[in-house]
Amino acid sequence: MRTVIFRFTAPYLTSLMVLFSIFVLLRGHNEPGGGFIGGLIAASAFAIYGIACGVAPVRRALYFHPMAIAATGLLVSVSAGCISILLGRRFLTGLWTFPDVLGGIGLSTPVMFDIGVYLVVVGAITSIALALEEGDD
Amino acid sequence: MGDGAHQAGFIALALPFVAALLAPALTRLLRHHAAWILALFPAAIFAIVAGFADPVLFAQPVLFGFDWIPDLSIRFAFRLDGLSFAFALLISGIGTLIVLYAGAYMAGHPHQGRFLSFIFLFMGAMLGLVLADDLITLFVYWELTSITSFLLIGFDHEREAARRGAIQALVITGGGGLLLLAGLILIRETSGLGSLSALLGAGDVLRDSDLYMPILLLVLGGAFTKSAQVPFHVWLPNAMEAPTPVSAYLHSATMVKAGVYLLLRLNPVLGHTALWETILPAFGGVTLITGALLALKQRDLKLVLAYTTMASLGLLVMLIGAGSHAAIEGAVLYLIAHSMFKGGLFMVAGSLDHGAGTRDIASLRGLAGAMPVTFAAGLLGALSMGGLPPLYGFLAKEEIYAATAGLDVRALLLTAAAVAGNALMFSAAFLVGLKPFLGRRHDGLAHAHEGAPGLWIGPLLLGLAALFAGLKPTLAHFAFANPMASAALGSPAEIHAAVEFHWGAPLALSLLTVAIGVALYLGARRVHDVLHGGFTAIGWGPDRGFDQAMRGLLRGAFLLTHRLQSGRLDYYMTTTFAVIAVALLGSMAAGGGLPVLPAFPHLFFYEWTVLAILVVGVVLVLIAKNRLTAIVSLGIQGFAIALLFILLGAPDLSFTQFMVETLSVVVLALVMTRLRLQRADHRPWREVLPDMAVALAAGSGFGLFLLKVTQTPFDNALTAFFGEYSRTIAHGRNVVNVIIVDFRGLDTMGEIAVVMTTGLAILALIRIRVGRRGEPHPDMAEAPE
Repeated sequence: MRTVIFRFTAPYLTSLMVLFSIFVLLRGHNEPGGGFIGGLIAASAFAIYGIACGVAPVRRALYFHPMAIAATGLLVSVSAGCISILLGRRFLTGLWTFPDVLGGIGLSTPVMFDIGVYLVVVGAITSIALALEEGDD
Repeated sequence: MGDGAHQAGFIALALPFVAALLAPALTRLLRHHAAWILALFPAAIFAIVAGFADPVLFAQPVLFGFDWIPDLSIRFAFRLDGLSFAFALLISGIGTLIVLYAGAYMAGHPHQGRFLSFIFLFMGAMLGLVLADDLITLFVYWELTSITSFLLIGFDHEREAARRGAIQALVITGGGGLLLLAGLILIRETSGLGSLSALLGAGDVLRDSDLYMPILLLVLGGAFTKSAQVPFHVWLPNAMEAPTPVSAYLHSATMVKAGVYLLLRLNPVLGHTALWETILPAFGGVTLITGALLALKQRDLKLVLAYTTMASLGLLVMLIGAGSHAAIEGAVLYLIAHSMFKGGLFMVAGSLDHGAGTRDIASLRGLAGAMPVTFAAGLLGALSMGGLPPLYGFLAKEEIYAATAGLDVRALLLTAAAVAGNALMFSAAFLVGLKPFLGRRHDGLAHAHEGAPGLWIGPLLLGLAALFAGLKPTLAHFAFANPMASAALGSPAEIHAAVEFHWGAPLALSLLTVAIGVALYLGARRVHDVLHGGFTAIGWGPDRGFDQAMRGLLRGAFLLTHRLQSGRLDYYMTTTFAVIAVALLGSMAAGGGLPVLPAFPHLFFYEWTVLAILVVGVVLVLIAKNRLTAIVSLGIQGFAIALLFILLGAPDLSFTQFMVETLSVVVLALVMTRLRLQRADHRPWREVLPDMAVALAAGSGFGLFLLKVTQTPFDNALTAFFGEYSRTIAHGRNVVNVIIVDFRGLDTMGEIAVVMTTGLAILALIRIRVGRRGEPHPDMAEAPE
C-alpha cells in the first residue's frame, strides 16, 4: 500500500478532505451535508493518512486521543441543548442570533449541536480505524 | 381513633429500622453494653402496642395507613386487632429479651453491631407483616422477613454450611412468597377487595368463587414454606447455622410463626371448607410426627429444639385445620405458650454452649450446681413444653385434647397424632431443659460457669411469664388468647382453660402423654439409636432433594445458556436473520398482508446501468473465492445503491451512503488482515446452501415489506409540517439536517451517545485481541508530544 506516490499525496489529500468535511458540516443547514456526513469524511481522511504514513503520525497530528475528541463532541452537543434551559426554555430548544458584524450569518445552538455530532463521529470512527491499523505494524 | 394514635402506630413500625441504623455506631461506642440501650427500642414498641389495649381488647380494631399506589388501589395500610396485637406484643417483648441476650452472647464479636442491626431489620419486617392490612403491604413485609432472615442465617458467612442454610431458607421461603403473591393477587382480582379488613367483613366471597382452590393452594404454598411444613421443612434445621439468638428469635415467636399467623388470619375467609379441613390436618399431622421423631434423633441441643419447633408448627397447622372453635382456641393457647418456652429453651441451649463449650446432649451433665439460674429457666421451659401444671403449656395441652377428643375416625386420628407428637416433644423438652443439669459433672465440664446477666434474664423471664400465665389464666386469656381467638374465628371467643382438677378425656390423654413421654425420656439413648438407624436406612430426604434440585437447576441453566450462547458469530447471525425472515414473511403471509407486485417500470438506460452494477456486485460477492474481493464487491453493490439514491433525488442519503460504504470497506479490510484468516474461503456447498436460503428469505422479506409499506396510503402531514416550518422556525433549507439537529435533536443526542459507546466497546475488543498476543499496545503508552 505504501507506494511513494500515495505517501507523498496522502497529507495533501487528508488536509483537503478535512477542510472539505468542515465545509460540508457548516453548509449542512441549507445544502446537503451536516455533522454526520462531515464526520465520516474527516474520519476517512484520517484513516487514509494512517494507511499511508502509519498510525503514530496521525496520533501526533490529532494531538488528543480520538476518544477524547468524541467525548468532547458529546459534551458540546449536550451543552448546546442545555443553553436553552439557562434561558428558561425547554431542553434542546433551538436558539438563533444574527449579529450585525458577521453580515447576516446566523449563530445558533443547532449548529453547535451539529459540531458536537461531527466531533463524536470523527472521534469514534477514527479511534476504531486507527486501532485496527495498528495491528499491521 | 385520632391522628395521634395513627402516628404512634407508624412510630412503632419505624422504630426497629431506626434502631438498625443506630446499632453499629452504638456498638462501636459502648461495645456489648450497647444492647442495654438498644433493648429500649423493642421495649418502647411493646409499650406503644400495649397502649392500644383499650380499643383492641374490646373488639375495636385500629386501622391506619395512607394511599401508596392509588392507581392500583394499593395502600400502605395496617390493622391492629386481637390477632396482630398479641403477635406484635410477642415480637417486641421477646425481641427485647433477645437483644439483651444477643448483647451478652455476642460480646466481643467483631461484627456485633451488624448482627444487632440485622436483628432489628428482621424485627421491623416481622412487625409490619403481622400489622399489615393491605394485601400488597403484607406481601412486601413477608418478603422482607425472607430477606432479613437470609442475612441472619448467613451471618457467619465465612462458613459454607451457614451460606448453604441461608440460601436454602431464601429459596424455599422466598419461593413460597411468590406463590403467596400470586394467591394475594388472585384474591384481589376475584373479590375486588385489597385489604384484610374488607375481606374479613365480606363473608363467603372467596369460598364461593370458582378460583377458591387455586387461591387456597397458592396461599398455603406461602404459609407452608414459611412455617416449615413437610416437605418444605428442611430450611428450618439448617437455619440453626445462625448464632443462637437468631434461632431463639426466628424459631420461637417470629419467622416460622408467620405462616401460622397467615392461616389464622385467613381462617375466617378461607377456612371451614372440606379442602381446608383436609389439607391442613394432613400436612400438619405429618409434620408433627416427622418433626418429633427427627428431634429425638438429634444429639445437638439446638437441632433437637429446631425439630421440635417444626413439630409444634405441624401441631398448630393441624389444629387450625381441625375446624372447631375449641381447636382454634387450643392453637392460640399453644402458639403463645410455644413462643415463650421455645424462645427460653433456645436461649438456655445457647447459654449452655456459652458456659460449657458444647451443645452435645451426651456430654452435657451435672451442670445444676455451676449454672443454677440457667437450670431454673430451663426447667420452667421444659415444664411448660412438656405441658405440666401449673405452667401455661399445660392449659394449651388441655385445650388441644378437649378439641380433638372424639369418637369418629377423624377425631381419633387427630388425637392420636397429637398424643404421639406431644409425648415425643415431652421427652425432647426434658432432654434439653433437665438432662444437662442432672447427674455428676465430668472433668471436661469443670470450667462451666454461669454467664453474664443478659444470658439468663431472657429465659428466666420467659419461664416466669409462663408460670404466671398458668397461675392467672383469666388475665392471660383476657389479654392475649381471647382477642386472638376471636380474630381468628371471626366471632367472639371466651377461653376458660385453667389449672384445676377435672376428670375427663383431656386429663386422661394428658396422663397418657406424660406416661409415654417419661418412658421415652428414660430410654432416650435407645430411642436415639433406633431413630438414627431408621433415618439413616432411609437415606434420601428432602434436604438432599433440595441439593439435587439446585444442582439440576444449575445444570439446566448451563445447558440452556450453552445452547443459546455458543460464542460463534455465524450462529448468532444465522439465528438473527432467520428470526427476522420468519417475522417478516410469516406475519405478512399469516395476516394476508403480502404486497401487490407492481407492473414493471420503464427505465432509462443509465438506470439500467446502475442496476447492472448492483447485480454484478452481488454476484461477485457470492462467487468470490478471495475474502478481499468479496469485501470490495460488497462495496460496489453499496456504491450502486448510493447512485440510485442520487437518481431518486436524495442527495443527503446518497452522500452518507457513499461515506459509510467507503469506511465499511476500509474497516472490514483492516479487520480481515488482523484476523489472519486464510485468504480464500473454502466452504462446502452443504454449509453455503443453508446460509443462502436464510439470506434469500431475509432479503425477500425486507423487499416485500418495503413494497407493502409504499403501497399503503401515504400520510404527508409530517412532510408538510417539516416543509413549512423548517425554513420559518428553524432557519434551515435542508429539511433532513434540520430534522436531525433541531426537530428530532433528542434522538440524535441518543444516537451519538450510542456511537460513542459502541466506539469504546469496539476499542476494548480490539485491545483484548492485542493483549492475547502479548504485545504492549502503543495506544495507551503514547502521550501527546
